[in-house]
Amino acid sequence: MNNKTLNRAGLVGLAFAAMAGAALAQTPAAPPAPVPNKGDTAFMMSSTILVLLMTVPGLALFYGGLVRSKNMLSVLTQVFAIVCIVSLMWIIFGYSLAFTNGGGLNDFVGGFSKAFLRGVDGNSVAATFSNGVVIPEYVYIAFQMTFACITPALIVGAFAERMKFSALLLFIVLWVTFIYFPMAHMVWYWGGPDAVGNAAKALADAGTDGKAAAQAALDAVNADAGMLFKWGALDFAGGTVVHINAGIAGLVGCVLIGKRIGFGRELMAPHSLTMTLIGAALLWVGWFGFNAGSNLEANGTAALAMINTFVATAAAAVAWLFVEWAVKGKPSMLGMVSGAVAGLVAVTPAAGFAGPMGSIVLGLVAGAVCFVFCSTVKNALGYDDSLDVFGIHCVGGIIGALATGILVNQALGGAGIPDYSTKPGELVAATYEFGTAFMAQLKAVLFTLVFSGVGSAILYKIVDVIVGLRVAPDQEREGLDIAEHGERAYHD
Amino acid sequence: MKIVMAIIKPFKLEEVRDALTAIGVHGLTVTEVKGYGRQKGHTEIYRGAEYAVSFLPKIKIEVAVTDDLVAKVIEAITAAARTGQIGDGKIFVSSIEKAVRIRTGETDGDAL
Repeated sequence: MNNKTLNRAGLVGLAFAAMAGAALAQTPAAPPAPVPNKGDTAFMMSSTILVLLMTVPGLALFYGGLVRSKNMLSVLTQVFAIVCIVSLMWIIFGYSLAFTNGGGLNDFVGGFSKAFLRGVDGNSVAATFSNGVVIPEYVYIAFQMTFACITPALIVGAFAERMKFSALLLFIVLWVTFIYFPMAHMVWYWGGPDAVGNAAKALADAGTDGKAAAQAALDAVNADAGMLFKWGALDFAGGTVVHINAGIAGLVGCVLIGKRIGFGRELMAPHSLTMTLIGAALLWVGWFGFNAGSNLEANGTAALAMINTFVATAAAAVAWLFVEWAVKGKPSMLGMVSGAVAGLVAVTPAAGFAGPMGSIVLGLVAGAVCFVFCSTVKNALGYDDSLDVFGIHCVGGIIGALATGILVNQALGGAGIPDYSTKPGELVAATYEFGTAFMAQLKAVLFTLVFSGVGSAILYKIVDVIVGLRVAPDQEREGLDIAEHGERAYHD
Repeated sequence: MKIVMAIIKPFKLEEVRDALTAIGVHGLTVTEVKGYGRQKGHTEIYRGAEYAVSFLPKIKIEVAVTDDLVAKVIEAITAAARTGQIGDGKIFVSSIEKAVRIRTGETDGDAL
C-alpha cells in the first residue's frame, strides 16, 4: 500500500531539492504537479463503499447468522457500532497516527500532524503506486478508514455470545489506537513512488560533488517508512495488518474471556445459515473493493487483484467443500462459504503480487488448511473461538502472507517485487531472491503475531479491571439481546 | 366422547387430514412439536462442532370425536401416517368429560 501524501507545494519543493542536489546538471524545468485522474478517483470512491458493504451488512450478517437467535442483535450491534466509532477515531487522530511521519517513533507509529485532518482539503492529494499518479487525499482517507473499521469488527466473532458491550467498546477503542494504527503505519507508510523516484533520479543526475548529498537524500526518503515496510514485507491489502492482526487478537480474547457456558455440551448451532450465506456473498462482492482498491488506481494491477480475488476464493471454497465431503461425509454450505472467506483472506496480501494460477494454488491450500484448523486443531486445543476468527482469518492470513513471498516471483507468474529507484520514474520488478523475500514475510508474520498477541492481552486485562469482560452467567443464558440491548431479533 | 391425539411425521399431515375428512371428521387441532422415541436423532456438523440432535420435529394432531367414531379415526390415521419406518409416531386416546361449543353453548356430542 501507499501512503505518503503530498500536496502540490510539497512536490514542487521536492523538485527544487532534487535540483539543488544536481548542482552541475543543467537546470531542468520543474515537472508539473500531478493531478488526480477522474477515473482513478471514481474507482477509489466505489472501492471505498464496497469495503463498507463488506462490514455492514456483510460481516454483520455472516457473523449474525452463526450465533444463536438470542444473540443475533448483539453481534449486529457490535459490528455496526465499531464501524461508527472507529470512523470517528480515524478522522480525529487515527489517519494521522497511521499515515504521517512519527518523528523518533516513525518506525512504529505516525504523529499528530494531521489530527483532525489538519491541512487536508479538497486539493490535497495522496500518492499511489505509479509515478506521477495521485488521488484526492480525502478519498485515500476514506478508503483507509474502511480498513480501520472492518479489522476490529472481525475480532468480535471470537468472543461472540458472552462479551459485555461496554467492555467491547472500550477494548476496541484501545485496540485500534495501540494496535491497529501502529500496524497500518508499520506496514503501509512510505514515501510514495514519486519521492523515491525523484530522489533516485537526483542521485543518478548528480555529479561527483553532489553524489554524497544525493545519496543521503535518497536514504532519507527510503528511511521515512514503517518498520515492516523497510524490512521488505509485502502486504497488498492487509494480510498482516487486517487478518493476522485481528485473528490473533481474537484468539487471545476468547482464551482470556473463557468458553461460553455449555460449550461442548449444549446445542450451539447457527441460528440462520441463510443469513450467513448472504453475509458471505456480500463479503466476496465487497472484497473486490478491498483488494483491487488497494492498488489505489484503476490499472492493470487492479485488474490482476480482481482476477485473483475471484479465483482464489472459488478455489478455497471448492477445497473446503470437497475435503469436508471426504473427511466428514457431507459437503456443507457453511463449509463452502467458510472456505470462500478463507480464500479471500489468503489472497488479500497476495492480490496484486501473485499471478492468477498462483492464486488458485493459494486458495486450494488455504481452504484445506483452514478446514483442518477449524475442525480438528481447534477441537484438540479446546479453545472456544465462537466463529473461528483465528482458524480462518489468522491461519488464512498467515498462509497468504507467507505465500505472497513465494508467488510474487515472476517465474511463478507473479508481478515481481516493486522497485522505484533502479529506473527512476517508473516501476520495475526487482531481482527476486526466495530467501530474502520469504524471510521478510516470515518476519512480518511473526512480528504481527507477537505485537498484536501480547498487546491485545494487555488491553484485555486493562478492560477486565475497569469494566469486566464478561456478562453475568444469567445474562449469558438469557442471551445478550435481551440482557444487554433490551430487544429481541425475532418475535414468534 | 374421546380425544384422539396422534404424533405423526410432519410430511404426513395432509394425508392424515384427507383420511379424517373422508370418514366425517370436520375438526382438527395441529401443533408443531419436538420429541424422540425409538427413532434416534441425527448428527449436525457446523465447521468443527458436531451436535447430536435428539429431538426431532413432529406434528401433534388432536381430534375430539364421539365414541362410535374412535375406531374408524384410529384406523384412518394409522393407514395414512404409516411409512413402515421407525418414527411413524403414536396414537393416544383418552376420555373427555365435557365439551362446549363457545358460540352456541351446545354441549357434548352436539358440540363436536
